[in-house]
Amino acid sequence: MSSVTGAPHLVRLVLRRDRVRLPVWLLGITAATGASANAVRGLYDTPEKIAGYAATVTSSPATRLMNGRPTAVDTLDGITVYESSTVAVLAVSLMSVFLVVRHTRAEEETGRSELLRSTVVGRHAATLAAVSVAVVASVLVGLLDAGVLVATGAPVQGSLLHGASLTCLGVLFAAVAAASAQVTPSARGALGIAGGLVGAAYVLRGLGDVSENVLTWVSPFGWAQGTRPFGDERWWLLTPLLALAALFLGLAVALTARRDAGAGLVAARPGRTRAARWLGTSWGLALRNQRGLLLGWMTGLTVTAALFGSTGQEVVDMVADNPELSAFFAEEGGAVLDGYFAFVLSFLAVVTSAFGVSSALRLRAEEEAGRAEVLLATGLSRGRWVLGSLAVTVVGTALILLCIGLGLGVTHALVSGDSDPLAVLAAGAVAQAPAVLAVVGCAVLVVGWLPRWTALAWAAFAFVLLQSYLGGLLDLPGAVAGLSPYWHLPSLPTEDFTVAPAATVAVIAAALHATGLIGLRVRDIA
Amino acid sequence: MTNAVQLDGVVKSFGATRALDGLDLHVTSGEVHGFLGPNGAGKSTAMRVLLGLIRADGGRAILLGGDPWTEAAHLHRRLAYVPGDVNLWPTLTGGEVIDLLGRMRGGLDEARRRQLLERFELDPRKKARTYSKGNRQKVALVAAFSSEVELYLLDEPTSGLDPLMEAAFQECVLEAKRRGATVLLSSHILAEVEALCDRVSIVRGGHTAQSGTLSELRQLTRTTVVAETSRPVPAIRQVAGVHRPEFQDGRVTFDVDSSHLAEAVRVLSEAGITALTAHPPTLEELFLRQYGEQIAS
Repeated sequence: MSSVTGAPHLVRLVLRRDRVRLPVWLLGITAATGASANAVRGLYDTPEKIAGYAATVTSSPATRLMNGRPTAVDTLDGITVYESSTVAVLAVSLMSVFLVVRHTRAEEETGRSELLRSTVVGRHAATLAAVSVAVVASVLVGLLDAGVLVATGAPVQGSLLHGASLTCLGVLFAAVAAASAQVTPSARGALGIAGGLVGAAYVLRGLGDVSENVLTWVSPFGWAQGTRPFGDERWWLLTPLLALAALFLGLAVALTARRDAGAGLVAARPGRTRAARWLGTSWGLALRNQRGLLLGWMTGLTVTAALFGSTGQEVVDMVADNPELSAFFAEEGGAVLDGYFAFVLSFLAVVTSAFGVSSALRLRAEEEAGRAEVLLATGLSRGRWVLGSLAVTVVGTALILLCIGLGLGVTHALVSGDSDPLAVLAAGAVAQAPAVLAVVGCAVLVVGWLPRWTALAWAAFAFVLLQSYLGGLLDLPGAVAGLSPYWHLPSLPTEDFTVAPAATVAVIAAALHATGLIGLRVRDIA
Repeated sequence: MTNAVQLDGVVKSFGATRALDGLDLHVTSGEVHGFLGPNGAGKSTAMRVLLGLIRADGGRAILLGGDPWTEAAHLHRRLAYVPGDVNLWPTLTGGEVIDLLGRMRGGLDEARRRQLLERFELDPRKKARTYSKGNRQKVALVAAFSSEVELYLLDEPTSGLDPLMEAAFQECVLEAKRRGATVLLSSHILAEVEALCDRVSIVRGGHTAQSGTLSELRQLTRTTVVAETSRPVPAIRQVAGVHRPEFQDGRVTFDVDSSHLAEAVRVLSEAGITALTAHPPTLEELFLRQYGEQIAS
């Protein structure tokens, strides 16, 4: 029996369990690219408009931060790729990460893999099966993406290159997730490591592209976008992606061979004999359970904000050095730095709602694991159980937003010596709280009334993310775009804070939370 | 005598499945009540109705004189619950979980906590992630018995425990009983039920098949008789209530309904009894008969 015996059976199991999830990922990524291609063809229908677009994005630091260095933006296909590939690269990477961790460490943590390992299944079979499915899924994403681009009239070769870059990123992050899954004994820890690496790679690429420095080339996203589809196509940049994937896969195999089933790399140490005083409360327990989640997101987003803050001055200098850009921004109102900060703030606020959603969904996770039952059999009422947990979610959200504002403002002050924006940046970040909490409210509502459909909470997050990324390009009608709470809030510091929209969104958020809470009080607890 | 637990005709459906189909369960205050039935009979569902985790579709449920659904948290301060499959927070230690549950219940007895940790030989410093099933079960048992409450709801509490720990558990239940507490014990370990329980209820297909003291239940069933007689006794076949008589080497073996035992013995004695053993059904036989009938029907 070899160490991968049984892998084909496990592949079938993975496919059976993900028969809905996987097609949703594939079609979702393809649909986003297809919709963008259509929108681009509708918006930029004259050579003048295309030239105008090229001039705008070349001068916009915010666009560089999000989408990378403009390549071939003088063609419709180049614009399509430039506009849509950020969503696609992040989506394909996260698809691989979730898929691999779900079928490796999560299986091991729940003990299900023990049952499988007792049959004729080799040590590396689970990793091989999960990575194989992720590779096939990534190839499909690449083919579908290329197919959609060709269908909208793009050249075949460039379309294939763009598809191939997506495929290679999917493969790379499948390998990264496989290695991460060996490190911690919990699936959440593995997701944190692998997801954190996706985030770090993305942030490095963004910073490198804003300041046009070497950081771009430290990030795999920089390599993928550096292939320049529809420009001077550079296929060879796919090689380092695959080489790095092989390296991580080797690491995963080496780590698996060295550790016991179920264990992480670090042996568990003895803990406290007695519980701290605050642990006997619902919020105390929730805080303890979500400590890692909260600290992870807080650190990641604060560091990201700090890095973005440190490039603020460069953005100003870049514009000042360029007479054409200066003229352009003077027409726009001159607030190039404010525009950059406003963009970063609203983007990070959207990302913060991912923390909020995972934090709120912990209620359901506790229920599914049977731990809510043990708690609710004590003197703890359902209401206090839910409110204790949501208190951690809400306060955590506010803290993260505050850290984002401070991180942005403090590093900007350090680099430029200008500490004036600090207060308005901190306030501007916290002013996004109602929108974050409205998205969290959707998650609470789902937990309260449709506990089996927690994926809907992530669909709500995916929608606000897409709306903030592609909403402008897709030119969504106000009724659709307005479903995103972020759409209603003024964007500080470019716009002034107004009470009415913030209050309205806050009231809606509170109503969603309250309705969810009612659901949790009247329904059966699993 | 008041009832600590009272379920009258409780109905609970999950989709098309009727998990509880008119269940009756009366647990008198101060007694240890055994709750028996095959897998999937509805025992855990009944416990969850009593805990107010799920709401009964019909019938009446009273727990410690209150409504288990609307007064859940209030009533839970007076009870402790041990599930059969204990799931704990992987990063918390056993000691932390015990304190957590005790405090949420409204406080625990420090001396008792120490004593129970020793009795169950549980290391409270280990992370719950590293505990075996038996050890997780012990955490829940220590947490439950560290609080001096009126009612213990125990749903197959000893699954995964070794025989020594089983004995420690029985000691805990008897101590609680001496204190005047009520215990509802769902279990498949018949020796445990026989040793601890004053009365038992057998549930089958979501409703109560039988309820009573163990001796009452035995009365309802048959006694197995083995007799050697100096003359053959074919007449035993004609006695009402005699089942499956078998004759072999001058020995006759048969089951007889408890109500016809006297008549059967009279017929045997007419044939000259040389040896006679009669034993009431063991608990095993009792349950096999109960469970088996369900399978047959």
